[in-house]
Amino acid sequence: MELLLIGLNHRTAPLALRERLAFSDDEAAFALDALRREEALAEAVLFSTCNRVEVLAAAEDAAAAESAVLSVLCRVKGVRRADFEGALYRHAGDEACRHVFRVAASLDSLVVGEPQILGQVKKSYRAAVAAGASGVVVNRLLHRAFSTAKRVRKETGIGGHAVSVSYAAVELAKKIFGELSGKKVLLVGAGEMAELAVEHLMHNRAERLFVVNRTLARAVALASRFGGEAVAFEGIEAALKIVDIVISSTGASDFVIRRDQVKAVMRPRRNRPLFFIDIAVPRDIDPAVNNLENVYLYDVDDLAAVVEQNKAERAKEAARAEIIVEESVMAFRRWFDALDAVPTIKAIRERMEAVRAAEMEKSRGALKDLSPEEVEAVERLTRSILAKLLHGPTVFLKKGAHGRARKRDIIGAARDMFSLDEEEGNGNGE
Amino acid sequence: MDYYLILALAAYVTGAVGFFGHLLAGNTAWHRIGHAFFLGGLVCQTLVIFSELAGTGFLPVGTLRDSLAFAAWALALVYAALDLRYRVMVLGAAVAPIAAGTLMAALFLPVEPAARPDLLKSAWTFFHVLPVFVGDAAFLLAALVGAAYLVQERAIKKKRRGFSFNRMPPLDTLDRLGYACVVLGFAFLTVGLVSGFVYAKSAWGRWWSGDPKEVWSLVTWLLYAALLHERLAVGWRGRRAALLAICGAAVILFTFLGLNLLLLGHHGQFAG
Repeated sequence: MELLLIGLNHRTAPLALRERLAFSDDEAAFALDALRREEALAEAVLFSTCNRVEVLAAAEDAAAAESAVLSVLCRVKGVRRADFEGALYRHAGDEACRHVFRVAASLDSLVVGEPQILGQVKKSYRAAVAAGASGVVVNRLLHRAFSTAKRVRKETGIGGHAVSVSYAAVELAKKIFGELSGKKVLLVGAGEMAELAVEHLMHNRAERLFVVNRTLARAVALASRFGGEAVAFEGIEAALKIVDIVISSTGASDFVIRRDQVKAVMRPRRNRPLFFIDIAVPRDIDPAVNNLENVYLYDVDDLAAVVEQNKAERAKEAARAEIIVEESVMAFRRWFDALDAVPTIKAIRERMEAVRAAEMEKSRGALKDLSPEEVEAVERLTRSILAKLLHGPTVFLKKGAHGRARKRDIIGAARDMFSLDEEEGNGNGE
Repeated sequence: MDYYLILALAAYVTGAVGFFGHLLAGNTAWHRIGHAFFLGGLVCQTLVIFSELAGTGFLPVGTLRDSLAFAAWALALVYAALDLRYRVMVLGAAVAPIAAGTLMAALFLPVEPAARPDLLKSAWTFFHVLPVFVGDAAFLLAALVGAAYLVQERAIKKKRRGFSFNRMPPLDTLDRLGYACVVLGFAFLTVGLVSGFVYAKSAWGRWWSGDPKEVWSLVTWLLYAALLHERLAVGWRGRRAALLAICGAAVILFTFLGLNLLLLGHHGQFAG
């Protein structure tokens, strides 16, 4: 039995190609069904996200498995193999295992540490289970992948810092205000980055949004999108008295908010802090407002610098995450190697013999009046009971005449039944 | 008693190590351990103070040695109480070493018989001394919070994100905590001063005797009264409040240490 991973991702395939190969939920179900039927494949799971299309498989013959996987991909998506052959990578054994662990832990993502990928991997896993395409090996590997990803998230700071400009703005706002609930936001102008920042802020429970735009209709449209309130352009100064966060992104060539305006509102505001995020180029807000007490201003360059720093931070944390992944790969390898009839039988015998010996030890007090010969007889008796009891299961496991795929399932079940892999921990919990 | 104080000191030091570990590693397990030891030290010192009070009828503030130990205890107590509500974890890294350092300084001072005139053996001293110490501890804490605020504010304004940026709590949290410290300190100091005046009237027949400690305590009280007034009236918050809190703590340190060491006035006769 071999592990095999074939696929392409954002590094090897351009978007146009990834689009052509991306699977919808229905297509994925269809493909999983086709993979299940393939004789050459014992187990398979299909990952398809906007950044990757990959198949993880367990099979006896790697070459046959590969061509089976590729032919299913071609059939379901209606593409020719030559179209994507150049973008493919193949991993076998530990490499395949490591790759899946890295993907789940978001180490292989376009934005390292982004949290969505784990959910996508889990979804792929559930689809494979539902289609009956996965089996004991792949299931075990994915459960390991989930626990590895969880450990990485918990023990490293890989997801800790914002790596987009709009999210960096939210992170900064939290550093100033703590909780954003109850805070009011003013959006001046419009634009993708500014709207994204507003979305993040509202998502973080900011209380109310005011929108100012030279064209009132645009302001009304934007405000209604976030359940906010449109304000006339002349209303900026009045709005500055009540809001806490200002995001500015207009096409104006001159400052839209000047220092004296801000200085004037600080007293009526009773010096409550005011945070300006200036996403516009040329800038909308006079840089001098940053010198006012309790006023903070970040422009596009400042935010970009924050993002750069955070990315470097994540890269450092990723190195620590790789160590965790490596530990998991080794743990999985140990389990995988033991997943054969002979080591399983041996492990069961050892486990049972340990139980027998322990029980004998416990009864030593009760047996103290027996002669050494009699004690020896009891020993023999218990041993032979054990041997008789284990005879059936041993033959059953050894025969392996249950079809290759089922053999893995049976051995896996036997290992679970006798709790042979307990030290592996949380193998079954998601 | 000293053995228990040394035990408390060891607990504070271990607590400080835990708090620093958390500051450097960012791992909350360090903080949990540090905090547990810190609280252990506080409980230990509390027991010492109670047994002293039960045994002699005096709060142990008769000598500079005792006063310092008592101040360490008050600081630890106020921090532990505020931590219940505000959970500003990094503050422990400042408070624990100060409490430990103060207690250590106390333990290095020679043991001398405390001047214990009978006039101190009155419930009034309890209601004078305890609130004043707790109030001063709260003000000291306000200054530490203020210092943290200044560091963090500077990091945000100058766009220098480094160590402090990542570990320090949000500005607003620090500002509110500093305010809470000042309100707490002000309330306790007010109670302490009033009971002091009443007691002075009953003991010496006059409210006010112009003793330097009285004068400086009143200065302290006025300073914090001004701070609170400005905050409520015109919203002096953030940087300005932080700076003022630091100035206030400087005055307190002078009142406490400077005057104790200079042995001036009638407070000096039982604090030297």
